[in-house]
Amino acid sequence: MLSYFNGEDIAMNEKKEPLLRAENITITFGGLKALNNVSLEIYPGEIMAIIGPNGAGKTTMLNVINGFYKPDEGSIFFEGKRRSKDLKPNQIAAQGIARTFQNLALFKGMSTLGNIMVGRTMKMHSNPFSQGLYWGFSQKEEIEHRKKVEEIIDFLQIANIRRTPASMLPYGLQKRVELARALAAEPKLLLLDEPMAGMNLEEKEDIARFVLDANEELGYTIALIEHDMGVVMDICDRIVVLDFGNKIAEGTPEEVKATPEVIKAYLGTAE
Amino acid sequence: MAFFFEVFVSGLMVGIMYSLVALGFSLIFKASNVFNMAQGAMSLFASLALYGFLEQFFHFPFWLAFLCTVGVMTIIAYVIVFVILKPLVARPPLMLFMATFGVMYLLEGFGQSIYGTQAKGLEIGIPDNVYEVVGILISSFDLFFAGIAAALVGGLAWFFQKTRNGRALRAVSDDHEAALSVGIPLLKAWYLTWVIAGVVATVAGVAWGTRIGVQFSLSLIALKALPILIIGGIDSIPGVIIAGLIVGAGENLGEVFIGPYVGGGIQTFFPYLMALVVLYFRPYGLFGKEIVERV
Amino acid sequence: MAIFPIPLDRWGFIFMLFLAFIVVPLFASEYLVTNIIIPFYCFALSAFGLNVLAGYAGQVSLGHAAFMAVGSYASFILYGRYGIPLIPSILGAGVIAAIVGTFFGLPSLRIKGFYLAISTLASQFLIEWIIVHWQWVSGGVFGTIEAPDMFIFGGAIDTYIKKYYLVLCMVILLMTFGKNLVRGQLGRNWMAIRDVDYAAEIIGVNLYRDKLIAFSVSTFYAGVAGSLITLCYVGVANIEEFNVMVSFALVGMIIIGGLGTILGSFLGAGFFVMLPIAINQGLGTFMEVVKPDILSNIEAIIFGGLIVFFLIVEPYGMARLWHTIKEKMRLWPFPY
Repeated sequence: MLSYFNGEDIAMNEKKEPLLRAENITITFGGLKALNNVSLEIYPGEIMAIIGPNGAGKTTMLNVINGFYKPDEGSIFFEGKRRSKDLKPNQIAAQGIARTFQNLALFKGMSTLGNIMVGRTMKMHSNPFSQGLYWGFSQKEEIEHRKKVEEIIDFLQIANIRRTPASMLPYGLQKRVELARALAAEPKLLLLDEPMAGMNLEEKEDIARFVLDANEELGYTIALIEHDMGVVMDICDRIVVLDFGNKIAEGTPEEVKATPEVIKAYLGTAE
Repeated sequence: MAFFFEVFVSGLMVGIMYSLVALGFSLIFKASNVFNMAQGAMSLFASLALYGFLEQFFHFPFWLAFLCTVGVMTIIAYVIVFVILKPLVARPPLMLFMATFGVMYLLEGFGQSIYGTQAKGLEIGIPDNVYEVVGILISSFDLFFAGIAAALVGGLAWFFQKTRNGRALRAVSDDHEAALSVGIPLLKAWYLTWVIAGVVATVAGVAWGTRIGVQFSLSLIALKALPILIIGGIDSIPGVIIAGLIVGAGENLGEVFIGPYVGGGIQTFFPYLMALVVLYFRPYGLFGKEIVERV
Repeated sequence: MAIFPIPLDRWGFIFMLFLAFIVVPLFASEYLVTNIIIPFYCFALSAFGLNVLAGYAGQVSLGHAAFMAVGSYASFILYGRYGIPLIPSILGAGVIAAIVGTFFGLPSLRIKGFYLAISTLASQFLIEWIIVHWQWVSGGVFGTIEAPDMFIFGGAIDTYIKKYYLVLCMVILLMTFGKNLVRGQLGRNWMAIRDVDYAAEIIGVNLYRDKLIAFSVSTFYAGVAGSLITLCYVGVANIEEFNVMVSFALVGMIIIGGLGTILGSFLGAGFFVMLPIAINQGLGTFMEVVKPDILSNIEAIIFGGLIVFFLIVEPYGMARLWHTIKEKMRLWPFPY
């Protein structure tokens, strides 16, 4: 199937082209520099973590990658190509970037199934008129994408809540549905913003397993923001550390753990 | 040239009167993030009630009738907040907006049931002389209400900028749940706001009732106030006055100078056209607060 | 048939079709059909259009009735003045309304929430003014034009029964189309835009395109509804029929009926049409003649009261209420 690289193989890492490269990203909000000249790379097939204390600019970085914020300075390179300044977020998504959100952005008015189907939207091309007739191409498309979504539902083991309205799901399952929605896009790059926030140990283990499976079985490249250092050390190949909008460290978990700046800025201990 | 100024100035005066109505909207929105479709109906009800105290059911002197009307509007404010808004506190703002739709129908229905539907004249003894200023005719009536409006705007602006309550209201207006969870007495704030808005509606109702008589179309004046809110920015009190002046003047000038070329009757939509133009350049109005999405 | 997965729904729908196609024409009086049922269908169609825009896509429009007016006048011009066959005229009127509606939907690309709601009022007033003042459209001094006699393939649509069937068939066809639309990817994208629009965009939904499509679909339905109601009920195209109060009433209809549901459009419209009659009958037991202004006041009170009631108790309106009752009926007599 897909070949992927193992994070421990550092030499191989340095020879590959990064899937996404952020170069000298600076962005200011009303006088506050949220990101200050931050550069990072995400290599294909790896699980990369962005960590840092609250307010460090981690979510802002993801928002820039998604194109939701336009940086004041700096550029994003995806698959080697510089991203044009006037791309809209949905066009960027179509290039192959999917996302989950820190504060959950599930579509509360729809069921689990509906939410995940929205994730397929870039892959569906039938026009509204033929959708209204539900005949021919649009019918075929609906069925075909529904099949794919069912696969993802099985993968994340949420089959029993398919029809439940998203607003009625417990928090942990909502997070899982949001992950499913992101997977439904079959992205080249998957961005997860605190996918395990607010979960108990068991739920965290479940999500960690799913993230690993997505990476190892399905070959997805994943960048995630996470506060639980134990999880980060366990599943991530590389880590980037931000603090007050600056990148203060980068490397494998062992390297980062030993960096004095990190220890100083972020007294996060392995849980 | 003098004609132009006269049209301009009388437009300004009308604009101030529109602002009085718009003020109520802005107030409620600033304090509770609710867009009160019923504001016009509140003005109507207030002027109906005033008329009732003055002429229809009682014959109170003006000051007493005004106080009683304020009392009535206070009760209505309490009822609205307690019965309708409190249960909806955690719901999306769109729902609260639609609830005010319901309130609008209710107030119009009740108001006209109790007080009848014929137009009524409101005589409250405001001098209606005409002064000549720099060659332009201005009525003292308009000046009087301009003064009242200025006082109200000044008072409200001071309230929101300088007082603790006012600032607290501004701070919590856009996240009700957060405010509640932090312990801010949101309901009390809402009671206060709606009562004040009721008073503002009363003043607006008096102003317009005296001008055009107390009748159903009073609640439609609110439809004029809406473009003002867009142009000024819905949560800016000074913006309301400035936008009111712009709309009043623009509407008048437009009707007098452009109207004849296109068939007349453009007062209804001209302010809305102006609003659309403003929105194109400033999606939150000239002075409105821009809402930054937190992703 | 996947459109009605539950047998109860399926049989219920067939039953309703039976009522509509057979029972009503046979047993209902001309008065009932012409003055109540036909307007009910037309408002349901228009309410559905508004529901698409406001209930599914979350873009509140306070000027929906103006697009009904566009459809009404457009159909008269196409059919009465240019002699285009009836059905294409009606659909063409819908298309014209959709084009106008898409234009007035452009602000939604930049503005949201209440600002957008108020800018939709701009469309209401501007369209009203244009129709009245643009002689080519209004054709007369007061903006009123008379309905021509209707013919399809040479057969006259002159009896009320024929008008009834015309309206019924159009409504059923268009509602089926609409139901497919909202159940498909477009409908889901719309709901995504409604719920968390920035997330929808980041996931890949084209906000611009889908919002504008919502406006055009919604106003298409309004246009067709407007033309049907003028051709088959009122008989004259008159801008007063489609003023701002009607726009507000449509909003009330979809709130009471159920936002974002198809059934809700019917229930809300039915409620709105039936309300004055119900009050009239109800009061008729107490007083001899109900004065029109008392009637409209009580209407306003009940309408407003119900809007508030539904928002508090059942924000998804009568449709959800019906859904809950249905669920309970399926499980009856067991509580679970």
